[in-house]
Amino acid sequence: MHNVRAIFRREFASYFATPLAFVFIVIFLLLAGVFAFYLGGFYERGQADLTPFFTYHPWLYLFLIPALSMRLWAEERKSGSIELLMTLPVTAWQAVLGKYLAAWCFAGVALALTFPMWITVNYLGEPDNGAILAAYIGSFLMAGGLLAIGACISATTRNQVIAFIFTVVICFGFLLSGFPLVLNLFKGWAPQAVVDAVASLSFLTHFGSISKGVIDLRDLLYFGTMIAAWLAANVIVLEMKKAD
Amino acid sequence: MIEISHLTKRYGALTAVDDISFNVEAGQVLGFLGPNGAGKSTTMKMITGFLSPTAGSIRVCGHDVEREPIAAKSCMGYLPEGAPSYAEMSVRAFLNFIADVRGLSAQRRRARLDDVIERLGLAGVLEQVIETLSKGFRRRVGLAQALLHDPQVLILDETTDGLDPNQKHEVRTLINAMSKDKIIVISTHILEEVDAVCNRAIIIASGKILADDTPQALAARAPSGRLDDVFRQITTGAKPAREKEVAHA
Repeated sequence: MHNVRAIFRREFASYFATPLAFVFIVIFLLLAGVFAFYLGGFYERGQADLTPFFTYHPWLYLFLIPALSMRLWAEERKSGSIELLMTLPVTAWQAVLGKYLAAWCFAGVALALTFPMWITVNYLGEPDNGAILAAYIGSFLMAGGLLAIGACISATTRNQVIAFIFTVVICFGFLLSGFPLVLNLFKGWAPQAVVDAVASLSFLTHFGSISKGVIDLRDLLYFGTMIAAWLAANVIVLEMKKAD
Repeated sequence: MIEISHLTKRYGALTAVDDISFNVEAGQVLGFLGPNGAGKSTTMKMITGFLSPTAGSIRVCGHDVEREPIAAKSCMGYLPEGAPSYAEMSVRAFLNFIADVRGLSAQRRRARLDDVIERLGLAGVLEQVIETLSKGFRRRVGLAQALLHDPQVLILDETTDGLDPNQKHEVRTLINAMSKDKIIVISTHILEEVDAVCNRAIIIASGKILADDTPQALAARAPSGRLDDVFRQITTGAKPAREKEVAHA
């Protein structure tokens, strides 16, 4: 456990040692605001809730989360520090978990810094704060799911750009897997059970139901399983391919 | 103690390390010599548990590296080739991170940090970010990292490569000072280094051990009495140069 904590601390601090943290947080807050106010019509709707704000989170994450996750392992491979890390007395699981949790917490910090939005709606009206809290939890879980995908893909390459592009593509597939764009790929040939299974993997559907204010055990289970499965894949990738 | 038996590493059709076996006892400073691509680094990466062998086994301090990797890694210090580290960290933060992962208690950590900082002359650069350091200092930070938990076994891959003569001298002095009760394995292709610090030398080429002896005994194999000539003779099969023989005579 002290190993996970040590790796977590190092990793978390490293975001703030470079301009990465600053750039990421500023861009995230800026885009989150722009989407909510211009595309979402935050004021024009005349309703005191954060729906227009949360609606665009999946699309914001689609590009920003891969930017966060791409460096997780690809950078270690590129600089050779992976050889140092993997010859220290830590297991692959501890390393994967420490790094992943650091990235997830960092995303959580960026998300928490959107609190002025919450203050604004409370100033303007009387929103359902329980629903807003649920939506924040849903957004955080979705960020965690996408980060787990990104962490695993980052471990397969030493090139951060490749990690970024593949992560965007795969995250896009998982976001939209409940929609015709993805489902039509399966409908022609796969049995209905497979189509339904693919549809149930959609981030958007699960995020949507949580952000309406209903925290269902099934949605929590979905995100938990998703994260665990991708992190397990991350460990397998690392053990199979430690060098180069 | 390091026990290596029938160690083999294949990459597809290429055999990087070909069925090598040897033991290293406490108090030995083993120079691992060979031309580039001989399999030195691959062997060291397998000893330290970074690469898995295709066949054969390695035991370090009585622990099988494949089966009990954490126990084996705990008793080793390793400086990989090129001394990789986390470039954006300060020297102090980096060493603290290593101390965390090595699980040093607060008291021991302070003593060990003081010791490696003093031995490697890092006091002046503690707050500096690693990527702004010169190559020599980065190498020293790498060594400090490897020595931090005072390991029984020290694996150093091309530690003095690219250092200036003064820095090389310092590193050698350091190794000599530590060599009494530890096992130290140094890979190098600088032969004078072997003379300076090692009490045993293994010459390896194309993944096979070609010679295993003390540096003095090895050097005596060439008529010129020079390790360079023995090395060339063994690794290329070349005859010793004529004029050197005459000069020696």
